[in-house]
Amino acid sequence: MATWTPDPSFYPSPRMAMQAPPERLAYVAMLNVGAGPDALGVVDVDPSSASYGRLLRRVDMPNVGDELHHFGWNACSSALCPYAPHPHVERRYLIVPGLRSSRIHILDTKPDPASPRIVKVIEPEELAARANYSRPHTMHCGPEGIYVSALGNGSGDGGGPGGVFLMDHETFDVLGQWEIDRGPQFLAYDVWWHLGQDTLITSEWGTPDMIEGGLNPELLLGGKYGHQVHFWDLRKRRHRQTIDLGPEYQLALELRPAHDPTRTHGFMNAVVNLSDLSSSIWLWYREDDGSKSGRWAMRKVIDIPAEPADPDLLPPMLKGFKAVPPLVTDIDLSLDDRWLYVSCWGTGEMRRYDVSDPFQPRLTGSVRLGGIVGRGRHPGGGDADGGALNGGPQMVEVSRDGKRVYFTNSLYRSWDDQFYPDGIKSWMVKLDADPDGGLTIDERFFLRFDDDFRGHQIRLEGGDASSDSYCYP
Amino acid sequence: MDDPWQWLALAGLGAFHGLNPAMGWLFAVALGLQEGRRAAVIRALPPIALGHALSVLVVVAGFAVLQLVVTTAPLRLVTPALLIGFGLYRLVRGYRHRLRVGMRAGFAGLTLWSFLMASAHGAGLMILPLLLGMLAPAQLMALSLCGPGAEMTGPVAALGSAAAGLAVVLVHMAAMLAMIAVIGLAVFETVGLGILRRGWVNFDLLWAGALIGTGVGFLLLG
Repeated sequence: MATWTPDPSFYPSPRMAMQAPPERLAYVAMLNVGAGPDALGVVDVDPSSASYGRLLRRVDMPNVGDELHHFGWNACSSALCPYAPHPHVERRYLIVPGLRSSRIHILDTKPDPASPRIVKVIEPEELAARANYSRPHTMHCGPEGIYVSALGNGSGDGGGPGGVFLMDHETFDVLGQWEIDRGPQFLAYDVWWHLGQDTLITSEWGTPDMIEGGLNPELLLGGKYGHQVHFWDLRKRRHRQTIDLGPEYQLALELRPAHDPTRTHGFMNAVVNLSDLSSSIWLWYREDDGSKSGRWAMRKVIDIPAEPADPDLLPPMLKGFKAVPPLVTDIDLSLDDRWLYVSCWGTGEMRRYDVSDPFQPRLTGSVRLGGIVGRGRHPGGGDADGGALNGGPQMVEVSRDGKRVYFTNSLYRSWDDQFYPDGIKSWMVKLDADPDGGLTIDERFFLRFDDDFRGHQIRLEGGDASSDSYCYP
Repeated sequence: MDDPWQWLALAGLGAFHGLNPAMGWLFAVALGLQEGRRAAVIRALPPIALGHALSVLVVVAGFAVLQLVVTTAPLRLVTPALLIGFGLYRLVRGYRHRLRVGMRAGFAGLTLWSFLMASAHGAGLMILPLLLGMLAPAQLMALSLCGPGAEMTGPVAALGSAAAGLAVVLVHMAAMLAMIAVIGLAVFETVGLGILRRGWVNFDLLWAGALIGTGVGFLLLG
């Protein structure tokens, strides 16, 4: 198991990781809305290959109804961190949880990375017994183990609190709840950290009973979905600070801290502003208040407005508003911390911002594909339905060198059906990120999933812009 | 006690321990890079060496006390068994490293971290065979200095052990500190972290091998 020299996909710093060779394979979570099980897909992303942009393999899960969503590696560049070094562990296993079933699958990508095999399944009962959590969501490979966020408690009642649990990166045993003192935190969604600051950050979506039946308009208009961000002492495992965006900012989701461990800022998206259906991007940063450690602060740095629309073209939930909300449901930050990609799932737009000055993001590129009203076409998308695409840019992943941007168009089954009631036809596409800030659609890359399947998160071979963390600048 | 090879071996082990990135020079480099200052590298070195030395001290003190109450014969069997056993355990079990110390560690945190890392890796155990050859002669030497027929043989012998033990810890620490200072500053100033990608060989295997090898060698030669 242990190697003689470090896994070649581990890089001490994000700067060095940007020199990594281009990925040849991508893994994608595939939700099955038919009768069969969900699957992990393997996609050929090598432009010189004859099967470029095609699904090479589908690894079916052993059960039906998992709702595969996010997933991640057992180990990554953080294994080189000096305080808990594990440099000779391999980046080899994909940890693939079912968000609905709470079942966690371990897939081995060796010996053939194009043909992963399921080697272990952790049942929900084990997760509940060991960590008292359910609905595992985000995972990050930390220096000393795998951190996983979970939306619900382990009792099976669909309630909270959600939180974070730890897994061993070699045996995959669930080690238990991470929190020692959760303070006022109750809702959970994403988790990530600033390793250089010994700070862990969590965001809020909702408990399972708030989300599994679909977006609940009553809860939404009542401001009940998550709108707070929590800052924790990563070492002492204690809650330190809550920042409330205000209840009008509903669904505080993806956390994208700067990759450079000496930088102390990051970005988060809030999906809906109740006053005008806009989406917003928030910046968190360390505020020097004279104390040794300082305090964290947050500020809204991007507003993306809703677009007026003909009610006839809108799903029932939105008709009364006569507008299509942007529904920014995912963001991704390039390894050089310079470019922020913003998925507008509602309006069907992928935006690219220059965040060299994180307080003053500059929109530099945009591509329109799908969308509730726009139904933007792909040049390589063929003529089915007149070429119109539904769904919209959603889970977005950026290559380590920052040159390629991949995304899929499905969000979460019950929510898909509310915003795209005609049934999402799922696709995965690739954009080229031009050095000047523009975005270009790669005409050769349009992967149309079989009708029962919907693509969700993408992970790239060897790592990507949201898979690794670094202890050195 | 007056065998220079023993002291050289002791210093060599200190240097060997210091060479391992997991023993602290890499931590010092990381803290230097985090602050962007060479001074931060230098500031991190003393607590790292101190924690390491404290871990070795625990083993040396334990051994010295043991030696006062039991004869050398059983120690000559227990020592290699301990080394081989611990080495095998480390080979099989690996390391978890779930310590509550991270990138914002200060002096106390670094000392604690280094103490725990050195202990978990069996740094002190590795010098046990040398202790066997150094502490007993030191006792004899202390006794002989008191002249024939001296009373208070117990305390005098203990004093001899303590002096030799302290010397052992200090020499080991000095060599370890010198090594982490040289490598830490070299990597920080010129070499760069790229070296980690190819040069960070599996010290865990090397250490387990060294522990087992020392134990086996001691059995064969001792």
